[in-house]
Amino acid sequence: MKRTKIALTGLALLAAGTLVLTSCAGGGGTSGDNGNTSGASASAVIKVNGNEPENPLIPTNTNEVGGGKILDSIFAGLAYYDAKGKLVNDMAESITVDDPSTVTIKIKKGEKFTNGQELTADSFIKAWQYGALFSNKQLNSSWFADIEGFDPAKDSQLTGLTKTDDYTFTVKLNAPVAADWAQRLGYSAYYPLPDVAFEDMKSFGEHPIGNGPYKLASDSAWQHDVQIELVKNDGYTGGRQAKNGGLTIVFYTTQDAAYADLQDGNVDVIDAIPPSSFATFESDLGDRAVNQPAAIFQSFTIPGNAAHFTGKEGILRKEAISMAINRDQITKTIFNGTRTPASDFTSPVISGWSDSIPGNEVLKYDATKAKDLWAQADAISKWSGSFQIAYNADGGHKEWVDAVSNSIKNTLGIDASGKSYVDFATLRQDVNDRKIKTAFRTGWQADYPSQYNFLQPLYGTGASSNDSDYSNKDFDALLAQGASASDPAAATADYAKAQSILFQDLPSIPLWYSNVTGGYAEGVKNVTFGWNSVPLYYQITKG
Amino acid sequence: MLAYIVRRLLQLIPVFLGATLLIYFLVFAMPGDPIAALFGDKQPSPQLLAELRAQYHLDQPFLVQYWFYLTGILHGDLGTTFSGQSVNDVLARTLPVTGRLAVMSIAIEFTLSIIIGTISAVRKGKLFDHSALIVGLIFLSVPVFVLGFAAQYFLAIKLGWFRATVGADNDWGGLWLPAIVLGVSLFATSMRLMRGSVIETRNQDWVRTAYSKGLPRRRVLPVHVMRNSLIPVITNSATNFGVLLVGAVVTEAVFNIPGVGNTMYQATLRHEGPTIVSFVTVFVIIYVLVNVLVDLLYGFLDPRIRYVK
Repeated sequence: MKRTKIALTGLALLAAGTLVLTSCAGGGGTSGDNGNTSGASASAVIKVNGNEPENPLIPTNTNEVGGGKILDSIFAGLAYYDAKGKLVNDMAESITVDDPSTVTIKIKKGEKFTNGQELTADSFIKAWQYGALFSNKQLNSSWFADIEGFDPAKDSQLTGLTKTDDYTFTVKLNAPVAADWAQRLGYSAYYPLPDVAFEDMKSFGEHPIGNGPYKLASDSAWQHDVQIELVKNDGYTGGRQAKNGGLTIVFYTTQDAAYADLQDGNVDVIDAIPPSSFATFESDLGDRAVNQPAAIFQSFTIPGNAAHFTGKEGILRKEAISMAINRDQITKTIFNGTRTPASDFTSPVISGWSDSIPGNEVLKYDATKAKDLWAQADAISKWSGSFQIAYNADGGHKEWVDAVSNSIKNTLGIDASGKSYVDFATLRQDVNDRKIKTAFRTGWQADYPSQYNFLQPLYGTGASSNDSDYSNKDFDALLAQGASASDPAAATADYAKAQSILFQDLPSIPLWYSNVTGGYAEGVKNVTFGWNSVPLYYQITKG
Repeated sequence: MLAYIVRRLLQLIPVFLGATLLIYFLVFAMPGDPIAALFGDKQPSPQLLAELRAQYHLDQPFLVQYWFYLTGILHGDLGTTFSGQSVNDVLARTLPVTGRLAVMSIAIEFTLSIIIGTISAVRKGKLFDHSALIVGLIFLSVPVFVLGFAAQYFLAIKLGWFRATVGADNDWGGLWLPAIVLGVSLFATSMRLMRGSVIETRNQDWVRTAYSKGLPRRRVLPVHVMRNSLIPVITNSATNFGVLLVGAVVTEAVFNIPGVGNTMYQATLRHEGPTIVSFVTVFVIIYVLVNVLVDLLYGFLDPRIRYVK
């Protein structure tokens, strides 16, 4: 009996130890030089990095990049985004904005799913109805929120979808955002589904049948936690013709393992370099290293009701804090140049971006001006307490939060520091419940290449990700005007005006744009990274 | 003997209940809302969140959640991951991989410790003995992920002797590098135990008798000395099995092995209660079973230790 007692103690320790140790599994790292091998191979199957999809491969239920890059390869939507983020028709013959709240979509005739079923208007309508229906609990259901009939809280049909004939349907929106809405149609949530999907969605998610440039190599092509093997779909007629024989997407838990495999020649292209190798990867890989801005905007947000951060005093303090941050230096020293200092609220890869929005001088480091602004705020009400930036410790944010806090502390002479949350889920819970009283890190990766997507969800009145409960009527009006403008240049002008309002109110403090970092093996050619930081796999060739 | 085994196996029941309750509580006490995290920076409607929470019983009090889990297990269902896969399937897929890794590592640890331990004992105080001690201590004190990264960089990327990661190549042949890393990180204690045990056994009367009968050393050492010295080493290896399962979490991340460690890591990041609890529980059961097995081995190695009653 005694051994049992010992065993039980051991078990408790083991259990606790396992939980603790899991959190440090990503730590450490090596840096290397010159670890290359030749990528020349007769086989034209391209091996790339990925992650085990978090969800079954159902377009309306996949909102993370691991499953997303598979869906984008095996499905073709109405349109796709080219390397510059421009919308190009894929399955659609035409997408027409009839008026600010109506879009008419014509589908190409004769397109087929890989099981032989022909693509019709119903393939889209049924898939969208499924994705929007509340009781289906799809993670992407909010993508249908602008279509008439959508209800986020109970089952409701999308009454805005009307089939004109087998290859034409119209979409009636409940807001005049048709011009922007049409820009979203390249996103995976809008992919069509074959009829077989609705018979058993769970099984379909395991063995998806699509209509894209690739298809699953076999019934067992998806080896969970290991990899998924795709081969070219010869029936695909759209603009993303695969120039290689297939894709093997290898799932990695850590970026370090993927980078080790690239150095060892076991993988052809990776779209993430581990932070531990930021300092060395460009010399390791030479011209095979990729480091360019991505559609990712990083910032921190000060709760709208925080003490000393309301009214005139609040604006002065936010400006002071923003000007006290030396973005150039921090992106260089902390991130080894893998971040680009922000000059607006969107991203340079999005069409319409400009680095000369009026008011963006608050993003320039200016210690004297910052001190002056802080003193002006102190004249209204004397500063007390400390300034903290909350971050999730599981995301590699500690270093920059410390650097930013130090920059604020040294410039303004106030107590500033980081505040660590164990993980993303914990931080989000406090933010969502509005329990958070300190500043906190925020970020946004665009869902589709449009400035509206960077502005509306984050700063629109009552919008889904408006963490600071920011509300400004003029801003809302300018956004609405932009979203319904059929002329892209007019829309860009509206968004620029909207942003200069943001620079006055600073609902979030812009920091920098994340770069996409990646690399490829020798002998691999035509690697272009798309607007969403994922390489355009169909263009890659090797050998 | 049979009664003893049955009794030991029955002891698994309270161990199982205690372990699952404890782990379930730890997971339950983890802060944060895993369902909200599924949506990333986006905020879904509160109704949708509530529906999803209800689906995983996350809106229920702790004991009710635990009860759902227990009744599920009695029906042979370990629960569902957030991605909708059954935990049974995930275990069936990942456990054999980690099993292979564990068996290979233990085999490497065992072989190394017996051979090096015995030679150290025979050459007590000589250069080999001292070097073995130093090398063993180095491997013991360096954290396993440092050892893993170093091995990956030098042996795989630089020298090309192994593949840098495991991935799909996770059969017996593909797991050599991580198994060696885990094996050498564990062998130091067993090696020292073996050395001490052999030194002690060599001074026993029966060994002297064997030599005085004129038996050659190649017969005395393996049969009379080593076999009798194995008990502490085997006990230690069984304890090491627990360390090994924990070490596997780290090693599997470094070498991208699709085993239980990797799945545990992902599940913990996502606060997937059923997955974490089921996996840890399986760890616990394996650990206990290995210890039962070791107890039975004692009788085989040393007939004086018996479980007859």
